[in-house]
Amino acid sequence: MAAALFAVTAAALDAPALERAIVSAHGEDAARTGAPGAGAVTTFVGLVRDQNLGRRVLRLEYEAYEPLAVRAFEQIAAEAAALWPACRLGIHHRTGGVAIGEASIVIVAASAHRGEAFAASRYAIERVKQIAPIWKHEYFEGGDVWIEGAVAAADDAAAREKAEKLACV
Amino acid sequence: MRVTVRLFARLRDLAGTSELEADVAPGATIADVWAGVVARHPALAPYAGSLSAARNLEYTRLSAAVTDADEIAFMPPVSGG
Repeated sequence: MAAALFAVTAAALDAPALERAIVSAHGEDAARTGAPGAGAVTTFVGLVRDQNLGRRVLRLEYEAYEPLAVRAFEQIAAEAAALWPACRLGIHHRTGGVAIGEASIVIVAASAHRGEAFAASRYAIERVKQIAPIWKHEYFEGGDVWIEGAVAAADDAAAREKAEKLACV
Repeated sequence: MRVTVRLFARLRDLAGTSELEADVAPGATIADVWAGVVARHPALAPYAGSLSAARNLEYTRLSAAVTDADEIAFMPPVSGG
């Protein structure tokens, strides 16, 4: 069975499986519309880093509001499809305990040409950090802390524009 | 009316629970539900200015009305990725 394109999972992330699913989905789109098939696939993998703000990180525990997170991923992909119509996106995020060096997120973009795939991928990670209802609890040497970044608002146009600017540099 | 309230991440830690039931008056808004939750769990009060809310799996404004049996989620600033 093909991997879901959008998922929140406690299992280790499988980037090649998501790549196959996205290339396949892109190919189905292209076959239906007569557009060119995939000529580029980008895979962004976010890893748990061993240092944060000068702290030695031991591990992260991710918590998600899973069904809303999947909807947020779908919304992000729809936004990206409006900006880069020939690009297909998939997003998988890990939950639970994640060790240093393990993947916490995988974003795959497939498109006819590389520019769109790179741009859509960068857009997607910026939007995930803005609106996905997911939280990291950092366990570091000497303590632990919930990391709190953006106040999520699905319809915040300024946040969308910021992500788009970063994607288009 | 009765709604289900879900709390996440540090809000859940501070309240000591991930889910609670809240009775609200007809015409109540998300903000009213939040006020009721804070009354029961005062440690949540500092999050008033950095809160996200969802109603039945859609982000919503605090001014939105709630209806009976809604699932209302309150969320601190997010940090996925």
